[in-house]
Amino acid sequence: MTTILGLEGVAVLVWLTLEAEPAHLVGTGGAIGAICRHLVYQRLAWETFPIATLTVNTVGSFVFAVVAFGDAGASAFHLIGIGACGAFTTFSSFSVETVQLWERGQRRRAAFNAGINLASALAGIAFAWLLTSGL
Amino acid sequence: MSTDTILGRLELLALIGIGGFAGSNLRYFTLGVLPDELALLVVNVLGSTVLGFLVYEAQYTGFVDRKSRIVFTTGFLSSLTTYSGFAFQTATAADPLALGGIVVGNYALGFAGVLVGRQVARITRKRGDRS
Repeated sequence: MTTILGLEGVAVLVWLTLEAEPAHLVGTGGAIGAICRHLVYQRLAWETFPIATLTVNTVGSFVFAVVAFGDAGASAFHLIGIGACGAFTTFSSFSVETVQLWERGQRRRAAFNAGINLASALAGIAFAWLLTSGL
Repeated sequence: MSTDTILGRLELLALIGIGGFAGSNLRYFTLGVLPDELALLVVNVLGSTVLGFLVYEAQYTGFVDRKSRIVFTTGFLSSLTTYSGFAFQTATAADPLALGGIVVGNYALGFAGVLVGRQVARITRKRGDRS
């Protein structure tokens, strides 16, 4: 963590967690989440299936649940949960991609996409619950 | 500025971050004024509708330039809407009826919103063709 962010980055995160208003925490987390999602989409682009959206929705739901079940505190929940995970995951892209699959005549794939996003996100949340409750 | 240069890429990331800051705060504000389930339903449906319009508008007319569209869609709209909050509400729903309402409400209205956005984009194209 320290090597990635540097001491200044860690200091900013500590300040944000201890001092900042909830809206600043949510916004900062949201900016981080949106940029991370953009980077995932640049690296995971399949023509045949929206794998990037499935990935961010699954990972983001897992981390959101870890923070929510783990009683990490209100500031951490604002920064990581509502802000970063909320912005990292996306419902609008999921909706548009599912409708586009359907209108291309790939109706089974559209239905699969709708189902697998929910199933994967719920599995991630269940896994987070198991982890935070000490198995 | 071209997005191919390092400065162009950094500028794009910064703009996406600003969009993410604004989108997540609008979602947070909505959570403060409406019950949680209704708040996420509203932002998810509105965000899907506007994104649907912008995606199909890009196919039909392309009036909005590529960079502005990426910033608004990837930054603002995708941060306004959220799947993690929706999935968490589904997982912690009080009873099967509430669970069904959350899933069917978000899915059905979200997909319907995309179709409404597509229809508005088609109307915009027809008006553009006539003028």
